[in-house]
Amino acid sequence: MSETTHNPPGTVQPVAPGEDPKDTAQPRSNRVIAEILNSSVVISILAVVLAMIAGAILIALTDPKVHTAAGYFFARPGDTIAAVWQSATGAYGALFQGSIYNFKRPDFLNGIRPLTETLTFATPLILAGLGVGLAFRVGMFNIGGRGQMLIAAACAGWVGFTLDLPPVVHLLVAVAAGIIGGAFWGGIVGLLKARTGAHEVIITIMLNYVAFYLITFMLSTQGLLQAPGSNVPKSAAMAPNAVLPKLLGDRYNLHAGFLIAILAVVFVWWLFSRSSIGFRFRAVGENPNAARVAGIDVKNTYVYAMLLSGGLIGLAGVSQVLGTVTSGFDNGIDAGIGFDAITVALLGRSRPGGILIAGILFGALKAGGYSMQATQGVNVPIDIVLVLQALIVLFIAAPPLVRAIFFLPKPDGSSRVSRRSAKKEVSA
Amino acid sequence: MSTYTPDQQAQPAADAPIVLETVVVRSWKAPIAFGIFTVIAFLLFIIWHRDGNSTFRLSSDGDVIQLPTVVLPAAITGIVVTILLAALTALSAYRVTSGKKVPLWLITVFGVLFMVGFLSWAAAGKAIPITGLLLGTVALSVPLIFGALGGVISERVGVVNIAIEGQLLAGAFSSAFVASLTGNAFLGLLAAMIAGTLVSFLLAAFSIKYLVDQVIVGVVLNVLVVGLTSFLYSQVLTKNENLFNNPPKFPRINIPILSEIPLIGPVLFRQTIIIYLMYIAVAVVFFCLFYTRWGLRLRAVGEHPQAADTVGINVNRTRFWNVALAGAIVGLGGAYFTLGSVGAFNKEMTAGAGYIALAAVIFGRWDPLKATLAALLFGFTQNLQFALSAIGSPVPSAFMLMLPYVVTIFAVAGLVGISRGPAAAGKPYVKG
Repeated sequence: MSETTHNPPGTVQPVAPGEDPKDTAQPRSNRVIAEILNSSVVISILAVVLAMIAGAILIALTDPKVHTAAGYFFARPGDTIAAVWQSATGAYGALFQGSIYNFKRPDFLNGIRPLTETLTFATPLILAGLGVGLAFRVGMFNIGGRGQMLIAAACAGWVGFTLDLPPVVHLLVAVAAGIIGGAFWGGIVGLLKARTGAHEVIITIMLNYVAFYLITFMLSTQGLLQAPGSNVPKSAAMAPNAVLPKLLGDRYNLHAGFLIAILAVVFVWWLFSRSSIGFRFRAVGENPNAARVAGIDVKNTYVYAMLLSGGLIGLAGVSQVLGTVTSGFDNGIDAGIGFDAITVALLGRSRPGGILIAGILFGALKAGGYSMQATQGVNVPIDIVLVLQALIVLFIAAPPLVRAIFFLPKPDGSSRVSRRSAKKEVSA
Repeated sequence: MSTYTPDQQAQPAADAPIVLETVVVRSWKAPIAFGIFTVIAFLLFIIWHRDGNSTFRLSSDGDVIQLPTVVLPAAITGIVVTILLAALTALSAYRVTSGKKVPLWLITVFGVLFMVGFLSWAAAGKAIPITGLLLGTVALSVPLIFGALGGVISERVGVVNIAIEGQLLAGAFSSAFVASLTGNAFLGLLAAMIAGTLVSFLLAAFSIKYLVDQVIVGVVLNVLVVGLTSFLYSQVLTKNENLFNNPPKFPRINIPILSEIPLIGPVLFRQTIIIYLMYIAVAVVFFCLFYTRWGLRLRAVGEHPQAADTVGINVNRTRFWNVALAGAIVGLGGAYFTLGSVGAFNKEMTAGAGYIALAAVIFGRWDPLKATLAALLFGFTQNLQFALSAIGSPVPSAFMLMLPYVVTIFAVAGLVGISRGPAAAGKPYVKG
């Protein structure tokens, strides 16, 4: 261990038998630094940085201006480097201006508009991320966010444009319908997993497509979801009473769905750390066999977890259909959020607070992505956001890779080889 | 039906013969499924019967040997088919009560009969070109079959491959790009294999070296490939479509005598080289997986890595290179999108084919031949929807498109036979 060599002489104490030598041999300050360097937060931040660097390389490589400058690289190499720098900073500058604050706007109220856009994009990501994260912590992969969102959006949307109810009641009924729709579509998965042992990944992927074609059919059939008298596969606009109110006036798009998302974060935190069903969820997620021995009904827990997970993802569909796109929806209303939610949950490590931050980060990437695409002289396609998201998650999923790139020490100071040999000794 | 040998009794006499007990498991799934379909047939073909004649055209005009067109009166065909279906259901029920298995041929006959009934019901008063229907089926199935083969290899060696979609898309993109730049379709094919392998390398590296959950890696890789190809498409390909996205297509090759066989010839033997490669790939993968040392090792690693390790097989190396091989095969399927059918690359042009291929792997119970048949079935239902909407069918196209996915859910849930994957699929192997 390299840390021990830095110890001033005399601090190394004799190690009692059975005691971990590291605890005594290593000064406390070193250990604190090691813990910080190896904590998941640092890995997460480094993963984001790495992904941004990779994205910058990709942007610079495909920029025609860089190509032009690289044509006379050996004559004036400075030009190429400047072009690469301008390409990357231009893109990320546009990303910042599109997601947080736009300095080109004259006053604060206009300048801060991008931040509200970020929060608007973040709302469904947080809600769906909570749903996916909840399933993760019970030991299940809910890849079916797309289907659950579509069904929820269809239920909430149907209530939203067909019923005629008083102001607050209409909104509540529509939201409840969405939750029930999402929970139903998720519950099917839980039920099949619990009763037949089918793998939830396959079922959720298949149900995504079933939901997609079901909604496509309903949207192009009169009397179901299609707007009356229309030929377009699109629903009618939501009734004014069913629309989620704007939070900051009509100038901004931010709607009350964001409040629902915050409430959902608090609810999931309460569920996992304060409720008995949350305890059962965690127990099953840690080890279903141990949970079964402890008297927990594992199969029913799976069903409840998928119901809740589907309900939360359903709320994301509700926020889309009653908040973001209120002029009627088509079969693309989910906007890929069901898949983005997986990356949000992974980045947030399935913790409610983490998901909140991860959702806002990816919301910022989305909002900024549109600005990167639209800004004159930058014009980076929005698809770069998908690349960034995927890279972030890949790096986060493999902490050893990130540590290797940044030359960080291995956690608990021992290498994989020595841990392996230790394991062998135990089993021998 | 399965047999098992219980432990011998506590202390058997030394010379007593060992008596194997047999347990007969009666599976009522097939008769129940048959019954449901017979009821559907009864409702559709008899209660909601459609009048008129359905015409099946078996040959196209250019064929050497012309088959006569078959004309069936829809209503009477429906009644006959329903009666036959009921008889088959009774037969299968009888076989199950007498402790026998429902054989595969019975299921096949049932399926074909139902399809004949369904087609003549749906096409009442119209004509269906059977050759066109089957040609479209093969065209739609090619990427599914390549994807399913890659999926089978990957899962058999113990790595769950959700990234088939990404491998297909990467193959489609790079084959279009390279074939356009070089003007050589074969180089495009090679590029597609390399691209598929690269996606596989990522899948293998993250799931084998870094022990990241294979499902997560697969899903994230799909997102990554969609993002990368869409980004490069908008940023590079669209800037100069002629130079970057104008791949030459493979010409059709007519195989001399075989291509003149009525019905089968035009469908199977007047195709491009990718499809002939596919025939070879299916046969080779099937043979090698079950009859060579490579296949035995591969399956051992996927079923019981510890045992494989004990006899000296390097589990992680076997997994790594076979997942790479699977990626190369799937990449070929991706090349079919650009070099075989569509021509130019487009954003997300695979449109979920990788997930249908995954479904075919499961529905085909991780067997290359059955997975190929499942992929053909899924291709057929997809193409049937096009054919039926062209003649104005009574069934909404969305329900036909939904069919592969619903069938897979039933298969996974165990309602259509038991589908059990390789035991160690999805589990990383850590030596020690």
